[in-house]
Amino acid sequence: MTIAAPDSRAIPAILDDVPEIRRSILRRAWIFCRRQPLGTFGMVIVVIIAIAGLSADWIAPYSPTANDFAAMTEAPSWAHWLGTDQFGRDQLSRIIYGARTALIVGFSCAIIASVAGLVLGVGSAYFGGRLDLYLQGVLDVVMAFPLIIMALAVVAIFGTGVHNVIVAITIPLIPRCARVVRSSALSIREVPYIDAARACGFGHARIILRHMVPNVMAPFLILLTAFVGQAILAEASLSYLGLGVQEPVPAWGLMLQGGAEEYASTAPWIAVFPGLAIALTVFGFSLFGDALRDALDPKLRDR
Amino acid sequence: MYRYIIKRLLLVIPTLVGAAALVFLLMRLIPGDICVVRLGSGGGTFDERAVQACHAQLGLDRPMFLQFVDFVWGFFRGDFGTSMWSGKPVLYEIAARFPISLEIAIMAVVVANLIAIPLGTLSALKQNSPIDLVIRVISIAGLATPSFWLGILFILAILNVSQAAFGSPWMPPIDYVPIWKDPLRNLSMVIFPALTVGYRTSAVTMRMTRSAMLEVLREDYIRTARAKGLVEHIIINRHALKNALLPVVTLIGIEAAFLIGGLVVTEQVFNLNGIGRLFVQSVQNQDYTMTQALVMLVVAAFVLTNTVVDLIYAWLDPRIRYG
Repeated sequence: MTIAAPDSRAIPAILDDVPEIRRSILRRAWIFCRRQPLGTFGMVIVVIIAIAGLSADWIAPYSPTANDFAAMTEAPSWAHWLGTDQFGRDQLSRIIYGARTALIVGFSCAIIASVAGLVLGVGSAYFGGRLDLYLQGVLDVVMAFPLIIMALAVVAIFGTGVHNVIVAITIPLIPRCARVVRSSALSIREVPYIDAARACGFGHARIILRHMVPNVMAPFLILLTAFVGQAILAEASLSYLGLGVQEPVPAWGLMLQGGAEEYASTAPWIAVFPGLAIALTVFGFSLFGDALRDALDPKLRDR
Repeated sequence: MYRYIIKRLLLVIPTLVGAAALVFLLMRLIPGDICVVRLGSGGGTFDERAVQACHAQLGLDRPMFLQFVDFVWGFFRGDFGTSMWSGKPVLYEIAARFPISLEIAIMAVVVANLIAIPLGTLSALKQNSPIDLVIRVISIAGLATPSFWLGILFILAILNVSQAAFGSPWMPPIDYVPIWKDPLRNLSMVIFPALTVGYRTSAVTMRMTRSAMLEVLREDYIRTARAKGLVEHIIINRHALKNALLPVVTLIGIEAAFLIGGLVVTEQVFNLNGIGRLFVQSVQNQDYTMTQALVMLVVAAFVLTNTVVDLIYAWLDPRIRYG
């Protein structure tokens, strides 16, 4: 990780009595926040959404699946802050629970895809030769499918539902990570300390895990954050098309399906709030990801 | 140059054959027997003979490899078989829906560049100012906003504005009329989806324009131009922007992916009967021949776009050819 040397005068004195390691993390976080106000804003959004998703059982005022036919398409009020949908379900509760679905799908896809991409990318770069050639060929083919097209094709085969959606979004993300990781791993392979490690008689596993993987962490983390946002957006699109998460699981994209357009003129809140939740969350992840990229990759700063 | 073109074009073949193999294999991964699904979907009863007849009709009783060769050969001849849902030839179904999708795509590209290039340039010129910040936020928001939601918001706005203006809600027409027959009707139908898809697409171009422009503005020849007292707008338009737009060309490939993704959902929102909608319907109806053909066509279009972009870029920037 390359973060420019901190300006010691700017570190608040409170940090002085914190133990060394924690202080360096706090210091880095502080520097990040000060240098990247937009990124910090994004991080705050992400944290709020994450808290909402994690504590949905306690903070949601109603059950996300409870119908109340006495209160259908009600406008926002004190009883229902964000109004109710055409089945009388509380929108706020559904959005809070939807955060959980979005984050589960977003993080599962991002983590699985980027770890798989890391393994393939580093492995391909390290071993090189035929393996690299064939693997790149296969990854190129998968890359030829635009994300949503690949995801739809996978859904066409395995069907809908949370697990299948995760598979459908993860597959097209893998080569996108593998390619980036491979290109930075290739340059690390040529660095003398890898030869030195080999000369010391270290095994492949040790060289890969101890010497190569830590050095591709910067692009890896940047991609991981970007993937979370992309996956949430893809899940929302699939669910909106009726080919993603299925009722009664609360999901933002699903909330916009059906009722949103039908009641557009009489109950616009059905259409507005779930979309706002998607946009804000992805916005938060993008801002945070951008800031992370600037912080981790100084070459790209000021662009 | 010719060697580069030929090399680049030859590279398309393995990618397309690989993509065909992937689509072919994916469609054979479908759990269960397509024929059983198909015959059983009406709720009727059927016997073993009907299943075998169906296998023979779809060619599923032949060896896997021959099926694949048939599939690729059919693709090259433009024969994609018949839709399992409507019973009409796949090509016929696609041809009927192609014009509207193409028109939206073209207009979306125009909208995207009209938004992206001026804003990206302005953002670079006013780097780190409040204007820059606002434009960057607009651009990131474009990437974060789901296009179907933006479409729904457009519909909401149209309904409310028309209600207020004419006293009754108005919605854009949904049946396609070619632009030369009724331009006004055609445009009123296409403009909102194009804005929806275009805004999202513009986000990528905007960022690229900004970063390319920032780089170019630091070049020596810009300083020279300023030193010899050229008017600022000539420096920006003729010296800087022209060179900064070079890398933006490479984005057309990425834009194509955004366009396709955008069309798939936006056509659904605006109820337009285009390729994207056909694709979603074919997945919903388990129309495997249609899904297979559409995926293949989209991938082919995408790969060819990227190849053409590479060639254009090599032509524009001679350094690439020797890279």
